[in-house]
Amino acid sequence: MSALTIPITQAPRAWDLPDRGKVAMAALIIAEAAIFTIFVVAYLFYIGKSLTGPTPREVLETPVFYTICLLSSSVTVHMAGSFLKRGKQAAFLQLWLLTFVLGGLFLFGTGQEWHRLIYEKGLTISTNLFGTTYYSLVGLHAFHVTAGLIMLLIVLIFGLAGRVGRDQAGRVEVLSLYWHFVDAVWVVVFTVVYIVGR
Amino acid sequence: MSTNVSAIETPQSAAPAWTETLHEWVTTVDHKRLGILYILYGLGFLVMAGIEALIIRIQLMHAHSSFVSPQVFNRMFTMHGTTMIFFVVMPILFGFANYLVPLMIGARDMAFPRLNAFSFWLTALGGLLLYFSFLGGNGLYGAGNAPDVGWWAYAPLGAKAFSPGHSTGYWTIALLVSGFGSVGTAINIIATVLCMRCPGMHLGRMPLLAWLNFVMSGMVLIAITPLTAAQMMLLVDRYLGGHFFDTQAGGSATLWMHFFWIFGHPEVYILVIPAFAFMSEIIPVFSRKPIFGYPVMVGATVGIGFISMSVWAHHMFTVGMNSYANSFFAITTMAVGVPTGIKIFNWLGTMWGGRIQFKTPMLFSIGFLFQFLIAGLTGIIQSSVPVDWQLSLSYFVVAHFHYVIVGGILFAVFAAFYYWYPKFTGRMFSERLGKWHFWLFVIGFHMTFDVMHVPGILGMPRRIYTYEPRPGWETLNLIVTIGAFIQAAAILLFVYNLVVSYWKGAKAGNDPWDAWTLEWSVSSPPPAYNFATIPVVASRRPLWDQKHPEDPDSRYE
Repeated sequence: MSALTIPITQAPRAWDLPDRGKVAMAALIIAEAAIFTIFVVAYLFYIGKSLTGPTPREVLETPVFYTICLLSSSVTVHMAGSFLKRGKQAAFLQLWLLTFVLGGLFLFGTGQEWHRLIYEKGLTISTNLFGTTYYSLVGLHAFHVTAGLIMLLIVLIFGLAGRVGRDQAGRVEVLSLYWHFVDAVWVVVFTVVYIVGR
Repeated sequence: MSTNVSAIETPQSAAPAWTETLHEWVTTVDHKRLGILYILYGLGFLVMAGIEALIIRIQLMHAHSSFVSPQVFNRMFTMHGTTMIFFVVMPILFGFANYLVPLMIGARDMAFPRLNAFSFWLTALGGLLLYFSFLGGNGLYGAGNAPDVGWWAYAPLGAKAFSPGHSTGYWTIALLVSGFGSVGTAINIIATVLCMRCPGMHLGRMPLLAWLNFVMSGMVLIAITPLTAAQMMLLVDRYLGGHFFDTQAGGSATLWMHFFWIFGHPEVYILVIPAFAFMSEIIPVFSRKPIFGYPVMVGATVGIGFISMSVWAHHMFTVGMNSYANSFFAITTMAVGVPTGIKIFNWLGTMWGGRIQFKTPMLFSIGFLFQFLIAGLTGIIQSSVPVDWQLSLSYFVVAHFHYVIVGGILFAVFAAFYYWYPKFTGRMFSERLGKWHFWLFVIGFHMTFDVMHVPGILGMPRRIYTYEPRPGWETLNLIVTIGAFIQAAAILLFVYNLVVSYWKGAKAGNDPWDAWTLEWSVSSPPPAYNFATIPVVASRRPLWDQKHPEDPDSRYE
């Protein structure tokens, strides 16, 4: 039988399919959300079940400043993306740098908090259930922030080399979707750890 | 996607050196080659897990057997279960999805070819890590080689104190790594299905195989990841001194069970939905009728996807949940039978009034229909909580889920092998050997798994390395073991058929089954770029339209 590849109908006039980068990032976010859900469930389930101290009420301090940093980085990354779409590369780079700095500040804040908890309060991952669930959940989030920062940095380096133009706006948008997700997860983690958990 | 092919590779005249061929296969990002790698990899592990099953069966052939020690027996059933689920059935199903989905939707490759290769090699690494535990599981403690905690590794068995050494660590990391691979492939399939369809193929015209693999991938995203999370927690417990599942520090063993089965039950549907996908392509072609109730089929699949996320704790009725939880999970378990039943009626409706051709793929499909129905019925029996209290952890459960996985999924996989073998290789398999394989396997399967229900009802618990010679137990177990060997012989025949037909089989041509989906419009095996020009479709059966321009489907849809 000969090859049957001759189309018998005309192609539809408009054939728009969704952007694969955004679809894939959405799928990744769903998968990541499921991982975080399990860690959040474990955290909630073990609230108040530690047999020994220290308890969250004794040692946790609400990281208001660093939370504001992370949440506002969501705004800056969005603004950076829309500047890039309009071809304003300089404004894009400034806001992208600001996003990176804000994200970095947040990570520094997490590190500072962990240092205080470990060296001053004696809370480690093996101390009690609170320590296990706290470091796992916050650590998992910090890991995602770190991964996001590395990707932000890569774009920043390419941007400084003048390689990120308007044609890269789609890719930058995919990355900013991930960054928004990392911020949204922090809202949940913050609520669970610093409000519900205390 | 551009519709121009800039460079078409011409086949080389001289045979390349084997190192060159190897290099090509290892570095390939072609969805067809990766699909075949997945399938070969799965078949390799099928042999290992099959040998483990035979060791289990030889040990249980008669009472007070000492063929293997209790320790080895535990390792065998753990490795058998883990391997079969994660490194046999999943890779083979992903392999078929990889190979077929782009071809069926008229695309030149998956959405992310390099992610595709990465996912395959992650899965491959996972399998190697699991089997490396035979060598490296001793760790520093000299305790244990190969995981022996059962494929669900209930707490506290998985804890460092109760499984010292690194064997359980290897098990954990193997599943973690292959889980990342599965999620990568799932993301890829979703992006391919949504973003790579050829013009005219809107979602309502997509072949059911693509639809069902799309639903399966969605389930992978939210069902494999809980296992990933739970394995991370187990790693924290084992190697960082955490207390997630440490009851002595206030942790909960039941939480691990919930986390495991939130993955574990949807996993069954992740495995069976691609099997449904094969059936939905094969049964219409050999009944010479279009699929009956296409939209209902899609709806039922999505329904299964949703309901199967809320049935997990029916694996835990004996744990002692409260009566509300028991009732909830009993009802959802019964409810998931409804969309599944709809599917069975749809396949029957497809066959009804058709001119059925009893070729090997169709024989396996009919076997699937009968056996999957029975497997579903024994499942519904166990959704009743008091019945489950009696039967849980007995050989009845073992018989039930092997009925699903062997009688259902494996039969569908065999049907798929025979159906698409001509497309993959360009050669026809031996129909005579195929029929021998079918009948031998049917006999072996029913000897093993029909009979296995009975010792379960009599009270034989699963995972015991030996038993007392109670009335009937020895005869029943002997029959089960003989059946297992008949199945093994049938599988050897299958592999022999595949290997010999690759060189000796008759040329298949593009479309040996007179089928209707796009993969049959290209040469067998398809060229690296799949389609010289991207096809345009106007109905669910584009090849029917081309073969019957006087009466195309597009007129009725």
